[in-house]
Amino acid sequence: MPKVSEVNVNGKDVPIDAEGERTLLSVLRDDLNLTGSKYGCGEGRCGACTVLLDGGPVHSCQVPVGSVGRRKILTIEGLSQDGQLHPLQQAFLDHDAFQCGYCTSGMILFGVALLRKRKSPSEAEIIRFMDGNICRCGTYQRIIAAIKDAAAKISGGAK
Amino acid sequence: MNRVDEFLIEPERYEMFESGRYHFSVDRRQFFKQLGCGLVVLCVVMPTLAQESGGGRRRGGRSPQPPAEIEAWLHIGENSVVTVFTGKAEVGQNIRTSLTQAVAEELRVPANSVRLVMGDTQLTPFDMGTFGSQTTPQMASRLHKIAAAAREALLDLAADHFKTDRASLALSDGKISKSGAAEFVTIGELTKGQKLVKSVTHEGAATPATDWKIAGASLAKVDGRDFVTGKHKYSSDTSLPGMLHGRVLRPTTFQATLQTVETAKAEALPGVKVVRDGDFIGVAAPDVLAAEHAVEAIRAKWTFKPQPSNAELFDYLRKNASQAGGRGAGEATGSIEEGMKAASHKLQATYNIAYIAHAPLEPRAAVASWEGDKLTVWTGSQRPFGVRAELAKAFGIDEKNIRVIVPDTGAGYGGKHTGEAAIEAARLAKGAGKPVKLVWTREEEFTWAYFRPAGVIDINAGVRDDGTITAWECHNYNSGGSGIRSPYEIPNQKSEAHGSDSPLRQGSYRALASTANHFARESHMDDLAAMLKMNPLEFRLKNLKDSRLRAVLEAAAESIGWKTAKGGIGHGFGLAAGAEKGSHLATCVEILADKATGSVKVIRAVSAFDCGAIVNPNHLKNQVEGALVMGLGGALFEAIEFENGMITNPRLSDYRVPRFSDIPKIEVILIDRKDVASAGAGETPIIGIAPAIGNAIFNATNIRLRSMPMVPNGLQG
Repeated sequence: MPKVSEVNVNGKDVPIDAEGERTLLSVLRDDLNLTGSKYGCGEGRCGACTVLLDGGPVHSCQVPVGSVGRRKILTIEGLSQDGQLHPLQQAFLDHDAFQCGYCTSGMILFGVALLRKRKSPSEAEIIRFMDGNICRCGTYQRIIAAIKDAAAKISGGAK
Repeated sequence: MNRVDEFLIEPERYEMFESGRYHFSVDRRQFFKQLGCGLVVLCVVMPTLAQESGGGRRRGGRSPQPPAEIEAWLHIGENSVVTVFTGKAEVGQNIRTSLTQAVAEELRVPANSVRLVMGDTQLTPFDMGTFGSQTTPQMASRLHKIAAAAREALLDLAADHFKTDRASLALSDGKISKSGAAEFVTIGELTKGQKLVKSVTHEGAATPATDWKIAGASLAKVDGRDFVTGKHKYSSDTSLPGMLHGRVLRPTTFQATLQTVETAKAEALPGVKVVRDGDFIGVAAPDVLAAEHAVEAIRAKWTFKPQPSNAELFDYLRKNASQAGGRGAGEATGSIEEGMKAASHKLQATYNIAYIAHAPLEPRAAVASWEGDKLTVWTGSQRPFGVRAELAKAFGIDEKNIRVIVPDTGAGYGGKHTGEAAIEAARLAKGAGKPVKLVWTREEEFTWAYFRPAGVIDINAGVRDDGTITAWECHNYNSGGSGIRSPYEIPNQKSEAHGSDSPLRQGSYRALASTANHFARESHMDDLAAMLKMNPLEFRLKNLKDSRLRAVLEAAAESIGWKTAKGGIGHGFGLAAGAEKGSHLATCVEILADKATGSVKVIRAVSAFDCGAIVNPNHLKNQVEGALVMGLGGALFEAIEFENGMITNPRLSDYRVPRFSDIPKIEVILIDRKDVASAGAGETPIIGIAPAIGNAIFNATNIRLRSMPMVPNGLQG
């Protein structure tokens, strides 16, 4: 796989110098110091490394950086706008929907992807959609509440 | 008040890491210079007290206690910012928040003016480690007292400042004023460019829980914003200039020794450094993938020997059992023989407990950097000072040349007491001559960390027709003695924990053996109730005097609707209760079990919990919920499988942990006992869920499951 010299991350074209077969996760973390995306399992089974590629969630530990091309990468660092938290980030704070916080960025980005697909997801939809993300501390119930809360705030604000 | 022994560190043998005796290695003068002007308050523990609270060390029978030990300190800067220094580590249990509340409460300052420096061996006083649910009963109460002493010192300074009587002064919101007057002075201004140092002992007067305003309230996680924005730097996120990425070559099995190794190919790779030291072989490379490729390029042959497999585990543990030892060992009252004679119903059963993994989402990780013979390591650990001692031993250097920094860590659950990644990263950094980051892969974490002990538990019990338990004998082989003592009133009792030869490396885990011992006991209790045709709740209450345990049991039962709860075929209710480390828990569940498909689904769970005066209700609820979810994994499906020195399910795709689709509706009932000292809450809430589920399965199907996990392959009707 050829070398990659540029990616678009959080709205900016960023120069890099990386072997194409390296994982997107490693490039984000180790080359660009965007460490909000986490290594959890290396096989796409925990969701800690979730980022959005053109708005869709991917496990960045499974994505060779050479396959990203011109697609737009959104990481947790790029989610808030001008210091204003995304409603789901705020909802995580309001519900204390974390303990150690290691799964949080992946949970939030996966949740954001869900809220873009479904304006007010049912509990069953949230569970089905989020089931690939692990919170070993067990705050699932709070995360579900946070997603519902954010959904209500987003659709309330859109009216 | 709680008895001292309830707060002793559990002396399980696998938790007995002897760290070196503490010598104050910080150049204190230098340190205080860095702090700048302001007031420093030191918490000095007198030797007798240090000895009482240091159960682990006392048993180690080491050198005599130093004259006094400093356990925490705080600094009030001229800007009124309060900085607290404690050797405890934040691993997600939210003690950074709860300890902030303790200090803010006593100093009458806003919580956001308090900063905590934690788990840094250069900046914080020695601490044995963050485990055993000790932070709240010990460190929080110490911080209450030193902050209270600091408050008194500030009032003295303010009395001088206003040239008035102390009694006429009021302190709130970080400001001191004469009562009724508008004029005030901030606590930071009081030191007037001086450096003041005050030592206090434990005798300071802390605010009683009934008067708490900041403690006792649901303060949100103090640095929560850093976690939702990805800003927080875990040790695995730490980066240094010129840093390389490490990877260790692991043997093919446990207990293997290196026969031959060929590293030339790896060494020829660009930017790769191979480090070999005895049987340790690792690489440092420019990026993670290059390190992976370098390790793959190494050819090594290992000599290994046959080892037990999980198919024979429980026989093996029993066969290799030793005499009783550890907590609860040989504890006996009355005569089992007499008690069994008096019984009209008898029940003997064996319970098997599998090894399980902590699987913290952040695996072991460390960044190590040498400057000459001085070593600095960032690592996720529950024992920063223990890791420092391990590093000192591994490299033969003085502890004062080592600094271990523990950033708030991606969880531990008792699984991060040891410093493997720190030692490996430091060895690689030494060999490479550059800083090295080492993040264990998930497979390494599942293989080379340690596990919650497996165990075999035998219970033999007798009851009279009226429901009185007459005899109770319990033997635990290998998993430990925590929670082995029955809380029920039984005249003839014997509980023993026996060590064994564990085929796998085992260690601490949230609540230790308490989960296993409660699973066995509370399952057995249900079977006895069934033999007697008694309601399981009534049967427990009949044999229970402990008023706090009765209260949680009644609260949980009422909330789930125990009295009117009607199960049926495939639909059941179950309950369990227990007390550990000064806190009391009852858990009730409602489940659906389908013999035809084998599925077991917990649809509702209620935990009632009493750990004394509540420090932070929302965070406490979060802990109780989280422990229940974690316990559900070990109850239903989590198990480490191994064969001949290899873990055969070392991935999250093979080792099943609870996910969104596994969790029930969880309700938590907190009982706030402001008259009782706060106990820790990170562990005990895990102990009730497994037996409650087992009892509900029995209720729904008439099938009694006596192994944890209960349904790894579904319910086998």
